[in-house]
Amino acid sequence: MHEFIAYTIIGLVVGAAYAVAAMGLVVTYSTSGIFNIAHGAIGMLMAFVFWQLSVPWHVPAGLAFVITVFILAPLFGAFVERVLIRRVSSASVSVTLVVTIALTLVLIGLVDKIWPPTSRVVAPFFGNHGFNLLGVFVIWQDLITIIIAMAIAIGLRLLLFRTRAGIAMRGVVDNRELIGLFGGRPSRSSTFSWSIGASLASVAGILVAPTLQLDPIILTLLVIDAYAAAMVGRLRSLPMTFVGALAVGLLSSYATGYFPTTGFWNSTPIQGLKLSVPSVLLFIVLLALPMSRLRSGVQRRQVGLPTASLARSIQGGVLLVAAVAVGVNFLNPGNVVTLGISLATGLVCLSLVPLAGWGGQVSLCQMTFAGLGAFAMSKFGHGGSIFGLVAAAGLAAVVGAIVALPALRLRGLYLALATMAFATAMDNMFFPSAVVFGFNGSVHIERPSLFGLHVSTDKSFDIFLAVVFAALAIGLLAMRRGSFGRVLIAMKDSEAACATLGLSLTMTKLLVFALSAAIAGLAGALLGGAESVAGATSFLMLQSLPILVVLVVAGGAICSGALVGGLALGFLPSGVEYLFIGGAGVILGANPEGLLPIAYLRGNRLWKGMAPRDVDGPSAALLGTDKAGALAGGTAA
Amino acid sequence: MVDLDVPTETAADSRPVLELRDVHAAYGQIEVLHGIDFSVASGGVLALLGPNGAGKSTSLRVASGQMVPTSGCLHVLGRHCNGLKPDALSRAGMCTLPDGRGIFPNLTVTENLRLMTFGGSTRAQVEELTFARFPRLSERRGQVAGTLSGGEQQMLAMARTLSVEPAVLLLDEISMGLAPMIVAELYELVAQIAAEGVAVVLAEQFAATALGVATHVAVVVQGRIVASGTPDALPDDLADAYLGGVAA
Repeated sequence: MHEFIAYTIIGLVVGAAYAVAAMGLVVTYSTSGIFNIAHGAIGMLMAFVFWQLSVPWHVPAGLAFVITVFILAPLFGAFVERVLIRRVSSASVSVTLVVTIALTLVLIGLVDKIWPPTSRVVAPFFGNHGFNLLGVFVIWQDLITIIIAMAIAIGLRLLLFRTRAGIAMRGVVDNRELIGLFGGRPSRSSTFSWSIGASLASVAGILVAPTLQLDPIILTLLVIDAYAAAMVGRLRSLPMTFVGALAVGLLSSYATGYFPTTGFWNSTPIQGLKLSVPSVLLFIVLLALPMSRLRSGVQRRQVGLPTASLARSIQGGVLLVAAVAVGVNFLNPGNVVTLGISLATGLVCLSLVPLAGWGGQVSLCQMTFAGLGAFAMSKFGHGGSIFGLVAAAGLAAVVGAIVALPALRLRGLYLALATMAFATAMDNMFFPSAVVFGFNGSVHIERPSLFGLHVSTDKSFDIFLAVVFAALAIGLLAMRRGSFGRVLIAMKDSEAACATLGLSLTMTKLLVFALSAAIAGLAGALLGGAESVAGATSFLMLQSLPILVVLVVAGGAICSGALVGGLALGFLPSGVEYLFIGGAGVILGANPEGLLPIAYLRGNRLWKGMAPRDVDGPSAALLGTDKAGALAGGTAA
Repeated sequence: MVDLDVPTETAADSRPVLELRDVHAAYGQIEVLHGIDFSVASGGVLALLGPNGAGKSTSLRVASGQMVPTSGCLHVLGRHCNGLKPDALSRAGMCTLPDGRGIFPNLTVTENLRLMTFGGSTRAQVEELTFARFPRLSERRGQVAGTLSGGEQQMLAMARTLSVEPAVLLLDEISMGLAPMIVAELYELVAQIAAEGVAVVLAEQFAATALGVATHVAVVVQGRIVASGTPDALPDDLADAYLGGVAA
């Protein structure tokens, strides 16, 4: 009984911290319409700021808390809203996701630069003093956490439903323009809502920091666990969010306390399940959500870059292979390896082109599929057997289809979060297992040899990768020009319109998911080959985030975007790559289609300007891309 | 093009409350207003008529500050107001009911009314005025506005015109999708409001409903005002504008 009370108290305290984080998410979402993936990262940053104030600068803990929560965090939230969120407030879900993911990466990179990794400890408020409750010792910090969570819940409820400012914040999501016509200031409302969100994130970050080491990744991921709670409240209801948070906290605590640890139960997947309680709950809650209504898509003007013709795609492929074949002779050995890794990473990016770029389905688990591919290669690819590659693509495709099957009814944000939950669960349950990547967490991956053709040297492997990339890109583009590709584009444009045409998208989604997973699996096997090892920590959820960001920044709907994305990830100096990638993602607000399509159009125009000839492409494509956004935003009188 | 007759009540009232002077406006690179001129004085009701896509709503969007004209002037009470934000204009006494329903569908009736206090009146005043005029809304005060009937939603939207005591009232297709009885009721209210000295501009695609209350009419076709004058002087011109203008 004593044990049960102890675990219950732990669960309630953890749940209260989740509640603070989740309510912040809900407030930001319900008052600005944007799901802030960076919520955890903002909390993490503020926990570091709090540490900086209270430990090295010796500000009293209470004062440091007030400064962080009531001054710095709101200012930071307002800053983020002003420079970043405002530009994308009417963009598609995938763009807003990418922008907040980019912000997450920037913050992680920034904190790593400012506070280089070392052991830092945040002391609980009032130290380890406390009181006895039913025979269990409870420190004051735990009680404070619960009280703060309840106070915030009540305060937010009053703010959002009893004050004009709060009602206006909710109104802004309904109709931003109308708030202005009522005489309210919509921009002030949004800024205010992000300030509150950041403030709540900082409270959550500071409250959980003492129980954990001050580590950017751990703190960021911890708040991701709060997503499940926010989802219980369907991103709207604060009371349900609170209940959900307590449920997540209690279940996690009981799982830790009561899960058997002997025999079969001691295997990694089962023990990993213990850590994955929030992710598994998130997945279940997402599936239990009522199906969202079909909305007719918002009309968006595309840059209108025509899909590459067969001749053009073959030209591009040959150019790539030739460039790599010549280039490797001029690179030093280290860069030859880096080029291989870049090309393989580019293949992982390429797997997202049909899924996200054309089909509009955002996935945050591509590296998980890649990991499955590497795993299959290590098991079946002995001596570089081609069966390893086949198994890699096949295993990933099957798992991809299995993940997609329950997720088919989800759309946009919810689909992205479901894939995120899957990836996090795999991080805990699958990859750490000794069965997967050996006892020391890494295995040797052999490079394939095809039909007696060995590509075991670094240079030849680079060329081989270029050939694979070119072949896949040519194949994908052929598919894009065919009927399946048109259905994908239709799915992205408007699922409602597809439904009215009698077009069932179930099979399409399943196929494109499986296809994307297969490419990612193949890429993973080759990525393992390029690095010659595959490790348990190479395929984490967090590593799927940069993949999506670089692709969308470079141009999510074009194959060369994947290549550029891979090269960026491979060649950017490590340590600052997150800053670069995140920064680029932040720029995305202005060019939601990515940088390459714009560059291509400019290049086209320049080329046609220099050598006048028949323009066969649609001239609309060349019509003022800068103004396209403005045009899309307006409705004719 | 006929010039608008300025109502000749008193000298003070003859100054236009709202004036658009040679306004051009564009969505992106496509210009949709090619020089719109109109003015409306205190107590006057100007009806902008014209076919779908003629530029009526865009003219109102310019007048309300939602769109900045590419050239030309927006004058309110003689002050140059180009570039002023809609919320500033609103607090200064301009009340705009946009097309569609000018309410927040996910907020309750009372919450919608609460947001009508930005103009300066108190919550109690707004509720009192609204519920006195539209008792139906009083019965539904706790209901989410999106679940009201179309007529009730438009009543709620019109409630704002009662409580903020505007100097200018801009109405965009308030009859859209409503039963004729409700439309008649709404226009009766418009006439009352105008009688209290408010300058009203309303856009209507169906001329007959608007002509009952309008003191002046301007016909907009393809981004230009092709005819304007008093309603009784207009029918021939109007038919001309519609048939000639649209068919051309």
